[in-house]
Amino acid sequence: MTRLFVSRRRFMGIAGVAASTVPLAGCDMLDGLLAGDDPVRGFLASANTLTYRLQRLLIPVDRLAPEFSESEIRQGQRPNGSTDPTDPAYLALKDAEFAAYRLNVSGLVERPMQLTLDELRNMPSRTQITRHDCVEGWSCVAKWTGVPLARVLDEAGVKSDARYVVFHCFDSMSLGLAGSAAYYESIDMIDARHPQTILAYGLNGSALPVANGAPLRVRIERQLGYKMAKYIRAIEVVSDLSTIGGGRGGYWEDLGYDWYAGI
Amino acid sequence: MNTTEYDPQTITTRAQARLTIRRHRLVTRLTHWAWAVALFLLLLSGLQIFNAHPALYIGQQSGFAFDNGVFSIQPSRDRNGEVRGITTVLGRNFDTTGVLGVSGAKQVRAYRAFPAWLTVPSYQDLATGRVVHFFFAWVFATVYAIWFMASVINGHLRRDILPGWGDIRALPHTLTEHIRFHFDHDGRYNSLQKLSYALVLLLFFPLMILTGLTMSPGMNAAWPWLLDLFGGRQTARTIHFVVMLLLVGFFVVHLFMVFAAGPINEMRSMITGRYRLDDRHKGGNAR
Repeated sequence: MTRLFVSRRRFMGIAGVAASTVPLAGCDMLDGLLAGDDPVRGFLASANTLTYRLQRLLIPVDRLAPEFSESEIRQGQRPNGSTDPTDPAYLALKDAEFAAYRLNVSGLVERPMQLTLDELRNMPSRTQITRHDCVEGWSCVAKWTGVPLARVLDEAGVKSDARYVVFHCFDSMSLGLAGSAAYYESIDMIDARHPQTILAYGLNGSALPVANGAPLRVRIERQLGYKMAKYIRAIEVVSDLSTIGGGRGGYWEDLGYDWYAGI
Repeated sequence: MNTTEYDPQTITTRAQARLTIRRHRLVTRLTHWAWAVALFLLLLSGLQIFNAHPALYIGQQSGFAFDNGVFSIQPSRDRNGEVRGITTVLGRNFDTTGVLGVSGAKQVRAYRAFPAWLTVPSYQDLATGRVVHFFFAWVFATVYAIWFMASVINGHLRRDILPGWGDIRALPHTLTEHIRFHFDHDGRYNSLQKLSYALVLLLFFPLMILTGLTMSPGMNAAWPWLLDLFGGRQTARTIHFVVMLLLVGFFVVHLFMVFAAGPINEMRSMITGRYRLDDRHKGGNAR
């Protein structure tokens, strides 16, 4: 007959000892290696560059993110992050229903511009029903209307050494003990010129509400929500991100999130 | 046996007349341990990511104004004003205070879905959880590609993993033998092993990779068929979670079997490749 290498009783003993060590294997022993500027974390984070390169290779430049039908708009767009900025400059504009709002376009452009909301609304528009994916894990389908960013960039005339578009925002976010900083974000020229990348002023058929980024926010449909800056004050075209904010290309990036958020 | 994995040439007779064979190839052993490390860290960083929004849904989106939720772990204040950890599975509530939803010492309760000892890092840090998860996702997928190609070429897949008719017929017998704690050690995988390894390697692993990719907005543009295949991004996230549970279940049984079947012999075979047969197989398979 086959023989038992381990009896049931002895097995339970061994298994009990093994199981009791599981919590010890838990996770604070890795915390040091993964903190802030530890080189181990830096090495692991380099996988994001690999993901960025491969997705740029795999996804045709103008390939659209999936769009949905009206029937799939089943709820309002969930507001997240800043939902009611209290910065004085923003409050002054909001009180006058953004009549004095100007979108500042500067940096590596031939013709720096200041655009009113009416000017933006009179430019060719695009409406798209897309899925907003938050880095936290949830998704929400909504209809966005706005002017393609490529159109604004063309009017301003982008210089040949331009590599990134930076969005500067009205809302300040906490940096913990380091005080606070204005929200900002950045994308490469491929996403900046993507047909679905719009400066949105409309949501689900109405004017963009304050909670969702009024008067202007950007939609970058092939990346996660934190890339899609709200309360946009200015657009700056640059060749280098290291001199802006914390130097990593965005408010969340400066706190450790990946710059490329297509995953 | 006419295969190289159990090539009679490699069989050596030990001093105590016990028979050992070369059971696992180098590539099988290396991929096994690479997966073990990667899956451990994928699990713990995955639970960290889950904690950022500890709820699962069916469909394209997450219902906030409607209900398409199937699972959630939330802290909730009870009638006595005490905060309890409530885990909801398909509408049924379970009090999981101490582990899920609310954990940690009484004085310093943490209101988080999975407790500190089950996440990497131990504290709440979605950014770092994602960094760890996507690094080891690359490791996991790369090792899978290597294992798959090697196993097709060297015959491991066809001979040891894919169950045949004989394995299906042998299943009831193997099952009753296992329930009686009778384990046969002839060096080959029995029908239960083949079936479970085939499930894990050919179904669960690819499902993990594909549902993971379905959550990527970039990949949704590249391969929109992923959304059709899994029925939406949030369904894919739910499947990713369920397959994680199945893999944890496999891991528990896998460890159980290693201990039950002889931990020294089993561990040695996965480290050095050498595996000792039962005495009765001396003249049997090792013709």
